[in-house]
Amino acid sequence: MTQLILEQALNGLQFGLMLFLLAAGLTLVFGIMDCINLAHGSLYMVGAYFVAAAAQAADSFWIGLGVGVAGAAVLGLLLELTLFRQLYRRDHLSQVLATFALILIANEAVRVIWGPAPLLLNPPEALAGPVELPLFGETFFYPAYRLLIIGVGLAVAGLLYLLVAKSRVGMWVRAGASNREMTEALGINVRWLFTAVFVFGAALCALAGGLLGPLLAVQVGMGESVLILAFVVIIIGGIGSIRGALVGSLIVGTVDTLGRALLPTLLRATLPGDAAATLGPALASILIYLLMAGILFFKPQGLFPARA
Amino acid sequence: MAFYRPTRWQRSLTIVLLTLLLGLPMLLNSLEQGFYIGFATRVLIFSLAATSLNLVLGFGGMVSLGHAAFFGAGAYIAAICQQAGLSEALLALPLAMLGAGLLALLIGAISLRTRGVYFIMITLAFAQMVYYLFISARAWGGDDGLPLSERMRFAGFSLVDDAALYYLALGALAVVMLLLGRLTEARFGRSIQAIRENETRMEALGYPVFTYRLVCFALGGAVAGLAGALLANLTGLASPALLQWTQSGTLLVMVIIGGVGYLYGGVVGAVVLLLLEEVLLGYFAHWHIVLGLLLLAIVLFAPKGVAALFGRPRG
Repeated sequence: MTQLILEQALNGLQFGLMLFLLAAGLTLVFGIMDCINLAHGSLYMVGAYFVAAAAQAADSFWIGLGVGVAGAAVLGLLLELTLFRQLYRRDHLSQVLATFALILIANEAVRVIWGPAPLLLNPPEALAGPVELPLFGETFFYPAYRLLIIGVGLAVAGLLYLLVAKSRVGMWVRAGASNREMTEALGINVRWLFTAVFVFGAALCALAGGLLGPLLAVQVGMGESVLILAFVVIIIGGIGSIRGALVGSLIVGTVDTLGRALLPTLLRATLPGDAAATLGPALASILIYLLMAGILFFKPQGLFPARA
Repeated sequence: MAFYRPTRWQRSLTIVLLTLLLGLPMLLNSLEQGFYIGFATRVLIFSLAATSLNLVLGFGGMVSLGHAAFFGAGAYIAAICQQAGLSEALLALPLAMLGAGLLALLIGAISLRTRGVYFIMITLAFAQMVYYLFISARAWGGDDGLPLSERMRFAGFSLVDDAALYYLALGALAVVMLLLGRLTEARFGRSIQAIRENETRMEALGYPVFTYRLVCFALGGAVAGLAGALLANLTGLASPALLQWTQSGTLLVMVIIGGVGYLYGGVVGAVVLLLLEEVLLGYFAHWHIVLGLLLLAIVLFAPKGVAALFGRPRG
């Protein structure tokens, strides 16, 4: 049982960190530019496809990851310059409609280019097996590749923290999130700051998509389910707050993973079999939404509101 | 964004259109194109669903991304009624409206505490909850959905004939449009539009802003439930796809294409979108790309929707 909980907790951490890569870009675009980007999940999907296609062509996971992330950044740049610049000043409804249109286009375009079947992406061979971890005097096996994801996730989270909290650009970003007009009045070129943030967000999407590719299937529609989770994360954390996005990702990742693994077992122990069999999976899949509704009920601005 | 009021000329146009719609099944049958009666019914039902979202969105100013929850719940309630042996539409349809309306009342009571983006997201989250609840209930078919063994009866008349269901949907749409037109002119309708324009002012004038919004949200939910129940009869299945968030997106797209806050915005949007789908699918398997580009063009160049090209909102 301890092993199971430990393994699921690590899985939750790994999932939470990947959610953070998505949520970080989303919360900044949302917080600074006040723009709802439903197509953020599509960038994740397209990024994963770029990585998988490049990895197949070059026969190397790492080259694929690099090329894929760069490709997604270029795509993000093009999208920002042609479309999103027009959307920042529009109302939320227009943004929802335009980015919904992007989802339709992205899903269909991927289907045209790569076909309806999922793409295969193999993890690097050196990391294919499990590693032994000595924990609490017991040996404990955990896939090396998942450990790598945790490592990369932690590194990016740390880097992002330094960038946002300590650097000058990060200061502009935070200033933009809390008061855009004032930042502009102080002579910061917010327009190019927006572009930079958007491109950076797109690259993080592709990184998450590429890293998760070997674990999940690289397929059409993979963006939508993860998009909604990323939204839940930034709503819980408070829109525009990187710290909130990190805390929210870890909460959502852990609660979702542990809930799915443990709730059915727990319910079987306490409820009669028939009720538990129905309620277990249902409760596990709505757990994070209940959490979000609860948090919004008590803190309508999320846990770490970016705007005072 | 005030509500559209038809001129006398447009009223006559409505009557002409209604007459044409009444004759449509006979026309299609005489042309031996009976297949299209089902399609026409589908258009009518989606017009109803989009109109119900327009009530919430255009009328009440609440951008809900969870409307599919009520649409799908209506379909499921109809299927559950039929499973339980209740196949009289005169009872099942009001039950579907009541159930979906109560669900909307519950979701609205919590969601309406939030504003703006948070409201969009919390309605989406609730709709996801409803989706997962329905697909994990094995008694209701899980991922496969809940089929209806046969169509219901309406006041004893069987709806198995496509034309009969068509007339029921047409009747429902006509009644809803008529009532909605009255509602926009009534005290409640004007108040809710005033709240959309200036909430603080209405609050200060002593209007129960929260209650008005909630009632509007629940009414929209109930009408969506009616549309869902009719659709379940048409397709013979209460499908989980109706509850998916992309369904909420599609309804939103219909309303925006048609014209947010125009009385006939939802109808126009549903007709345009479904006709486009039907026509484009014939020529181009990947019609979603065309649709997406079209939507982008609408957002960038015609942000007020198609209905805005034909009528001016009452200012």
